[in-house]
Amino acid sequence: MDLTSAEKEKLMISVLNDKCDLCGCCVGVCPADALELTKLELKILPLRCTNCAKCVWSCPLEALVFNSDGVMV
Amino acid sequence: MKNDYDIIVVGAGPAGSVAARYAAQRGVSVLLLEKESKPGAFVRCGEAVNKNKLKEFINPDPDWISSTINSFSLIAPDGCEITLQFDEEGYILDRTLFDYRLALSAIDEGAELLSDAYVYDLIMDDGIVRGVRVETGSRRLDLKSRIVIAADGVGSRIGRFAGISTFIDYRDMECCVQVTASGVNYINGNSCYFYFGKRYAPEGYVWVFPKGSNTANIGVGISGYAGKSRSASVYLKNFIDNYYPGIKIIKKIAGGVPSTATLKQIISPGIMLAGDSARQVNPLSGGGIISGMTAGSIAGRIAAESVLLNQPDHIRAYQTEWHSRLGKKHEIYNLIKKGVFNFDDTRLNSIAKTFREVPPGKRSLGRLFCTALINNPSLLPEVAKVFVV
Repeated sequence: MDLTSAEKEKLMISVLNDKCDLCGCCVGVCPADALELTKLELKILPLRCTNCAKCVWSCPLEALVFNSDGVMV
Repeated sequence: MKNDYDIIVVGAGPAGSVAARYAAQRGVSVLLLEKESKPGAFVRCGEAVNKNKLKEFINPDPDWISSTINSFSLIAPDGCEITLQFDEEGYILDRTLFDYRLALSAIDEGAELLSDAYVYDLIMDDGIVRGVRVETGSRRLDLKSRIVIAADGVGSRIGRFAGISTFIDYRDMECCVQVTASGVNYINGNSCYFYFGKRYAPEGYVWVFPKGSNTANIGVGISGYAGKSRSASVYLKNFIDNYYPGIKIIKKIAGGVPSTATLKQIISPGIMLAGDSARQVNPLSGGGIISGMTAGSIAGRIAAESVLLNQPDHIRAYQTEWHSRLGKKHEIYNLIKKGVFNFDDTRLNSIAKTFREVPPGKRSLGRLFCTALINNPSLLPEVAKVFVV
């Protein structure tokens, strides 16, 4: 999925798919239903994500990270 | 394969396979869907289970038993170790084979299995679930059903598709990493080890479960809240470097355990949630195999009854029966867990020290909790509340 520049700007969290084990921890804790776990990868739905960071803190493998310019809200 | 079933079960883990079996036994048509290439192909689990409770669902088979457990060792932050002999034996399973055989037991009762089937949406009609939308290989299929049993694990997305709020507070999610490793020497091969304390597992614990031949599952679970400072992965690495340096890691998995009371809503018209997706996990231990199978057995039976009676509302009985079988117990365990989370390391050390004075023959988990309660009397009214309400 290609993101528009506005969506990219809004999103402060990224998925490192090479670290992700597709375990679903983050999906369970996401209050905005902004994470989509398919058979092959984890995706953040930028229009839903509120950058609350609960997925970042809950990821056992550090596969969800703040973008370099990301700040906690 | 048909495109219309009485009951479709999503997820062939312990909850899903048992649900499919209990439903199929009653003569209704059942389809069991698994997203992996076969049931058990990818499991995330410490694999410990109580033998007697397991036997209610399947006869123990050496093929899928890695080791037999007859004691617990609990290690306080200061290293003080207390050992409890079990009255009942436990097993460490080989879940890969166990899950496969459990799914076969559903097929033996007449259920159909479709693997490599990923449910990407539900078929809904005026708020009622009427089936699932499945991706299998490059095909997309619409499969209709009278009842869907969603045993899709901790992410619990299918419940959300149906409009049930399945989110779990990140403080209640135990975020886990586990390695299976060889060269784990110096442990009793028939004992499960639990390590407590802020250093290695804040708001959780570390487990070492023997799998035979000096191999073991070594894992850590911490709450999502504790994960703010460091990830479970880092805690596990620190633990292994300190306690088990030099072991050889065979595989590493991650996973979340919804360690809290059961969801308030586990049914909606046309759908029932079972297992981790409904948070049917013992919140104190994090154990979910027996809870999941118990939930699956109730859900499968009641779903079949609902179809046979042609009474869609009958699925409400599942919620009630689950609550009286295990749900209420889990509420109590959850309160105890919250109390234990608040213990600092000094208190944990002091509980261990006090408990060590109990002669080994008289030690029991009940007695340990009594010791913990004496150390923290404020827990008592919390526990009492559950009985009063």
